[in-house]
Amino acid sequence: MSQAILEIRRISGHAGSVPGAGVRREFDVCKLIDTTTCIGCKACEVACLEWNGLSFSETTFDNSYQTMPETQWNYWNLIKFNEHEREDGTLQLLMRKDQCMHCEEPGCLVACPADGAIVQYVNGIVDFQQDHCIGCGYCMSGCPFNIPKFSPTARKVFKCTLCVDRVTQGLEPACIKSCPTGCLHFGTKTEMKELGEARATQLRDHSGFANAGVYDPPGVGGTHVVYVLHDATNPEAYGGLPKDPHIPWTVRLWKSPLKWLGNLAIVGGVVGVFVHYLRFGPKIAPPDEETPPQSGTLPRGSAPRQGDRP
Amino acid sequence: MSAQPIVAHGRVLRYSFHERLVHWLAAVSYIYLMLTGLAFWSSWLFWIATVLGGATVSRELHPWAGVVFVFATLLMYGMWGKQMHETELDKEFFRAVPHYIRNEDELVPSADRFNGGQKLLFWGFFWCGILLLLSGLILWFPNLIPWNLRYLRYFAVIVHPSAALLTIGLFIIHVYIGTAMERGAFGSVIRGDVSVGWAKRYHRVWYERMARDAAGRK
Repeated sequence: MSQAILEIRRISGHAGSVPGAGVRREFDVCKLIDTTTCIGCKACEVACLEWNGLSFSETTFDNSYQTMPETQWNYWNLIKFNEHEREDGTLQLLMRKDQCMHCEEPGCLVACPADGAIVQYVNGIVDFQQDHCIGCGYCMSGCPFNIPKFSPTARKVFKCTLCVDRVTQGLEPACIKSCPTGCLHFGTKTEMKELGEARATQLRDHSGFANAGVYDPPGVGGTHVVYVLHDATNPEAYGGLPKDPHIPWTVRLWKSPLKWLGNLAIVGGVVGVFVHYLRFGPKIAPPDEETPPQSGTLPRGSAPRQGDRP
Repeated sequence: MSAQPIVAHGRVLRYSFHERLVHWLAAVSYIYLMLTGLAFWSSWLFWIATVLGGATVSRELHPWAGVVFVFATLLMYGMWGKQMHETELDKEFFRAVPHYIRNEDELVPSADRFNGGQKLLFWGFFWCGILLLLSGLILWFPNLIPWNLRYLRYFAVIVHPSAALLTIGLFIIHVYIGTAMERGAFGSVIRGDVSVGWAKRYHRVWYERMARDAAGRK
């Protein structure tokens, strides 16, 4: 398992092919987050800080258990607490562990202009390489989940790594290891989808959650973090999990049709003026036939000349 | 404009020192912006940023160069804004563009201080500059745009390159005409003067007014 984990599938801002892509047998890793068995203990938040050596940031109290409004550049794992009133008037406390979704089609990577700042490994992990990051923040515009965050001190962007350093050593991510209820699972994408679907069926058949389902949004090609939701028809209730996430259309427009149109136009323009010169040559103003009116003095640096040369 | 545009030895002062200085302030900042911008535009041009000191340096300096460019553009607006209003002469010029392209200059109506093409260049850069400034400010500080205003960022990532591409088109044509095509034009923006023959050929209306004014002062 370990050697193939660091094989790169895609590179941001990179001209040419990806070295070694598609050489070995591929398999995908995946986190499964069962929101129906999360108790909001935040052990995963602490484990994330511990393993990644991040200092504890200031918390924000906003009449809920939530540590802060959203993830930060040095706080990659945040449980979102939401009070949700159902149609029958009963109240549900929804708790969803928010972090990078490790999209199969990562908007951050598509938007990134810096060669090698974002890589997608063959196993599906999308990882930021801060030594190549230039701090432009385009990834923040490409991401439909509001995950990449800019550090004003480092002037680079950070996010969850899916504990790539643990995964390469055959360990599960730190958040998974710390979960006391077993609501977090880690394995291959196929296994996690099966486990998630089994749990969703159980919720539908035996627990009265008719709309229970697995969240693996196809708009971004599926994700390497999947959720089991009590109500898969309303993911927005879980702290704004988008119902149908996509890479923003302006980012897509900028990165494919506009780029090719623009490149053609620039090359066409340069070739066009060159061909014009070959065909028509320069314009040369005729020398003046009359005596020029005499007035004033010669500006410094200008010598009397006949005709015009650049 | 200088008080005495008609100078000795058959030459005319076309651009004052102040005008030339502002032009080159805009030109140098624009060329830096274009090169670093192209580095971020395409992965195949990312090497430009490496040549210019690394992409991190380019990302930090590109917005500041933008501030310089906007400042120079405002100065140009102050200097030339009034002279850039479109007139009937410009419409005639645009109708005669095919002749201009084929160097049939005797068929091109003579222009005032700026011809229609120069005015198009000026207003193109002016309005694109405003779009680039607005979208550029958003892209400069992406971390200050909250999630519920993310549409501003989505707007900026498409407006900034689109406006930049338009200016690159104008830039290519401007540099070509100003250096290779219209001999004498480059000298006017470096040393400031042009020959009387040049002034009469391309900007006769302007030249004749200058000559009348100079004669009136005598």
